[in-house]
Amino acid sequence: MESYLFPFDSLICMLLGISFTVWFTLLLVFIIVPAIFGVSFGIRRLYMKSLIKLFEWATLRMDNGETLKRSLPPTSYLQHHHNPPVSLEQEIHEMRRGGAEPEFDMSDIFYFCRRGVESIVDDEVTKRFTAEELESWNLLTRSNYNFHHISTRLTALWGVGVLIRYGFLLPLRVTLAFTGVGLLVVLTSIVGLFPNGRMKNYLSDKVHLMCYRICVRSLTAIITYHDSENKPKNGGICVANHTSPIDVIILASDGCYAMVGQVHGGLMGVIQRAMVKACPHIWFERSEVKDRHLVAKRLSDHVADTSKLPILIFPEGTCINNTSVMMFKKGSFEIGCTVYPVAIKYDPRFGDAFWNSSTFGMVNYLLHMMSSWAIVCSVWYLPPMSRMEGEDAVQFANRVKAAIARKGGLADLLWDGGLKRGKVKEVFKEEQQKLYSKVLVGSSEDRSRS
Amino acid sequence: MGSRASSLLREEDIEEIKKETGFSHSQITRLYSRFHSLDKGENGALSREDFQRIPELAINPLGDRIINAFFPEGEDQANFRGFMRTLAHFRPVEDNEKNKDLTSGEPLNSRTNKLLFAFRLYDLDRDDKISRDELLQVLRMMVGVNISDEQLGSIADRTIQEADTNGDMCISFSEFIKVLEKVDVEQKMSIRFLH
Repeated sequence: MESYLFPFDSLICMLLGISFTVWFTLLLVFIIVPAIFGVSFGIRRLYMKSLIKLFEWATLRMDNGETLKRSLPPTSYLQHHHNPPVSLEQEIHEMRRGGAEPEFDMSDIFYFCRRGVESIVDDEVTKRFTAEELESWNLLTRSNYNFHHISTRLTALWGVGVLIRYGFLLPLRVTLAFTGVGLLVVLTSIVGLFPNGRMKNYLSDKVHLMCYRICVRSLTAIITYHDSENKPKNGGICVANHTSPIDVIILASDGCYAMVGQVHGGLMGVIQRAMVKACPHIWFERSEVKDRHLVAKRLSDHVADTSKLPILIFPEGTCINNTSVMMFKKGSFEIGCTVYPVAIKYDPRFGDAFWNSSTFGMVNYLLHMMSSWAIVCSVWYLPPMSRMEGEDAVQFANRVKAAIARKGGLADLLWDGGLKRGKVKEVFKEEQQKLYSKVLVGSSEDRSRS
Repeated sequence: MGSRASSLLREEDIEEIKKETGFSHSQITRLYSRFHSLDKGENGALSREDFQRIPELAINPLGDRIINAFFPEGEDQANFRGFMRTLAHFRPVEDNEKNKDLTSGEPLNSRTNKLLFAFRLYDLDRDDKISRDELLQVLRMMVGVNISDEQLGSIADRTIQEADTNGDMCISFSEFIKVLEKVDVEQKMSIRFLH
């Protein structure tokens, strides 16, 4: 029996050996070498174009474009008013019966009542923390709200998609990811052995760029950079809107930045320690994060030294679902140096990059990312901005936020991203109460005059 | 992750809700997905915390009272039927012409029922009368700390004086209706639900 299998055994081994070699050679030639030199064969763009054609075909073929649309989650629950927003005062005055203005009218509560129930039916904030809805299905069940059997053809297509994504793309990407991260750790440690100086900085830049590019390919990320003449320079701070941890990789594969973050344990900690050997990044201990003065001082010291790289910061403080930009925390805007805003917009047709950290952990999220079709995004570098005379940090932050929202085509919201986890501050309710009190008291003042 | 939300809502349930509230089929499925997205605990019912998680509702001075209206007496959970029944009060009155197949009796979104909803926001102890204290409580919720006790008290007294016709120093539901007879309740207490 055994001798029967032997020849096959060695044959199989040989075949496996050959396929592995071929596999890795292809990998090296088509992916790793271009990553090192920063060039591209254009394979990914070709892939993206074919995917778009495929999705359009799928949507067209299903003449029940209706059926497809109905199976997607609703985008809103209320008809939108086309009138301009009215203030609390105006609405209440409108509502009261004509004639002599009483101080208080029992119908005043209708205003609050209706606003309250409207917000229960549909509100601006809670929907920013769930993934964006799509108009046509992109063959991923995770973005199909209501997956039921629409047609055999479509299900078959989806099945093939699953096979390709999990059987071919995922292992490829995982291999690349490990290669990228491994190289990052090893090479930065080696560069760290060099004496400080121009050589070291040059090498560190090259190493960082190369490893981030491999990581970009490991996610099949197709990125279009616009306005590269505005790229951040040393001695400044780069701010961007935050959708996922991948934002860092996307920006860092096109330029060199100093990262800011908390010291982590485990694999992240290893990566952090290695990176800091090659060039100065800013890692904070957990205890130091609370001390705002300490944080501000370290950041200012870093920007003051023009030999150090620009700092990369995400002022929203949390991941938002890429349909809007939420309140920017003012800390980075108080430092008083040039700010380079960057807008990042993902194309949701290929894979949703939003990380809902309250629902998924990091590993689950990365798995989702690596089994999507691709990550397609656009990055716009906006012209640098500085704080103007008489402008305080909050106003400056809002100005930068508005510019980023405008460029990226995102909604500009005043709400705090921290609402994803925390409660809204009492002070907003107090504002509403103050406004209403003015309506009551204001009219009594008029009365006393007459 | 891709939620199977609407598969949990059976056709019979949708038909019953349609008869009771007058919402259309698509409105009910749409609102069910909203109900489901608010239900963080995924147990098929909303708790008070689920409502308070909506920032725009949390900053509404009458937020707590409105949330209360969704919970039947003494209960802590609001199921989808109850949710829809409460929302039905805010259906525009014109929509009734489109759905003729309602149960006999007044539809939930009639003028009287809308006024009853508002009345119950004032009348916390459900004794069908708004006492001076109850009125003061609601006033205090709406103005916060910006108006003094005496001023607020005199506002309450004046309001009761104007409305009270039978001299019991309280506002009954019929007196409430009388006071608001000129107000366009149908429009002010209606929400434009998407069809």
